[in-house]
Amino acid sequence: MIEALTYPFMQRALAAGVLVALLASYYGVFVVQRGLSFLGSGLAHAAFGGVALGLLIGLQPLWVALPFTILVALGITWIRDRTELGGDTAIGIFFAISVALGIIFLAWKQEYTENAFALLFGSILSVEWSDLWLTAGAMLLPIATWRLWGRWAYATFDRELARADRLPVGRDDYFLAVLVAVAVVVAVKVVGIMLIAAFLVIPAASARLVARTFVGMTWLSMALGVGSTIVGLGTSYSLDVPSGAMIILVQALIFLILFLFRR
Amino acid sequence: MSGCAVEVKDLTVRFGNHVALEKISLCVPAGARLAIVGPNGAGKSTLLRAILGLVPAREGTVEVGGEPPARIAPDWVAYVPQVKTLNRSFPAISLELVISGLRRRWPGRISREDRARAEGALALVGGERLAGRPIRRLSGGELQRVYLARTLVSEPRLILLDEPLTGVDAVGEADFYHILEEYQERTGVTLFIVTHDWDVATYHSTHVLLIDRKLITFGPPKEALTEECLRKAYGHLGHSHEMLRARLWRND
Repeated sequence: MIEALTYPFMQRALAAGVLVALLASYYGVFVVQRGLSFLGSGLAHAAFGGVALGLLIGLQPLWVALPFTILVALGITWIRDRTELGGDTAIGIFFAISVALGIIFLAWKQEYTENAFALLFGSILSVEWSDLWLTAGAMLLPIATWRLWGRWAYATFDRELARADRLPVGRDDYFLAVLVAVAVVVAVKVVGIMLIAAFLVIPAASARLVARTFVGMTWLSMALGVGSTIVGLGTSYSLDVPSGAMIILVQALIFLILFLFRR
Repeated sequence: MSGCAVEVKDLTVRFGNHVALEKISLCVPAGARLAIVGPNGAGKSTLLRAILGLVPAREGTVEVGGEPPARIAPDWVAYVPQVKTLNRSFPAISLELVISGLRRRWPGRISREDRARAEGALALVGGERLAGRPIRRLSGGELQRVYLARTLVSEPRLILLDEPLTGVDAVGEADFYHILEEYQERTGVTLFIVTHDWDVATYHSTHVLLIDRKLITFGPPKEALTEECLRKAYGHLGHSHEMLRARLWRND
């Protein structure tokens, strides 16, 4: 298995997988703790609409998906903010619109593209340098906003208290939604649209089972995200099964173990 | 400045077409213990939220320490929302909850100084042994103590408590007010307590505010809580009114 790491494509796959896992499992703690687990699925399907638009107009799909998904993230947050509808409802509406648009865009494109299939199910082994740079660039966002962790955590704990303390809770909702959208888009190539939500939800949920504190949950979520990616990628190489799916099965196994052995 | 810790002038708050508060005016002196009473839906919580600037005033003004809500220094005011809104599913230990009241952020790494201050506040409410306990493992009374420590840790000048003792037993309740009164005598903090408990309104308060969207009465409890005012707020009082009257004048 170690000899696999001598292949450049495998090195890129591992690097991209680890970066995506770090990104998703970091934002995942806010997503899970705010009860927005469905957001990952919703934004992934928005990315599908964006990718389809990119294929239709002949541009690099991920560069079209990025603004498209960010717009959807803003739309979801706006509906949640301005109506009494729950987050799941707002997400459900945009989810459906994005998929409908994606289907129409692909139909207009007419010819079948293998590219679309790869983006639906992920192809971590075909990660190129440009994908890796995009992911590394996205990684700068949580690093640059690291200091906001305490503010977001406080609002996650109690919005009302955070508002009473003059924290910009409403603005942060939009900001966080945009950052999650970016994480989702950069994960498309690596994990695939169908499975992105798991990267956001499962490591954070697993960490939630055993962590006593939110800071502990954050670190553990990132550790589990990275660990399951490394183990999953190695296993997928050995067993010759699709890597995105294998990583998620490893995440799920960790969840099950922590569920059974939690105190 | 008018000498009021909190001054409300002609305050009207609306949610859509619903009038939550109408033309409320009052001046609460510094160091007062104010009980806010009134029937369900009277706008008691809304008044606290308007004082904090969490809901906008349609008309009128609110000043806290001579400043409008948006300009109050965060460590001037401490607020405890209703117990039923408290989030217990958040992974946290009591110590972190207390420090969040000091830092107005969720603590990541806890400095020695913050730890010492938070432990001091927990000791003040008799909750030293709760410091390391996850908040989801706290009983209702224990959680309330931890919230009280969180409120006191920043040494605020104004404390707003929204039905702080829902679901707390009588002993816990007596303790709570004892701690609060002792703290108040020491520091001269101004206290607002939204409550349904007439004992609080009559014995533990220097002032009482009775509202039902509009201000019905405001002043020292024995002067303000006349039969007429109570009837106006609660309609026909029947048996409960006799009880209330007996309580109000128990000391005479």
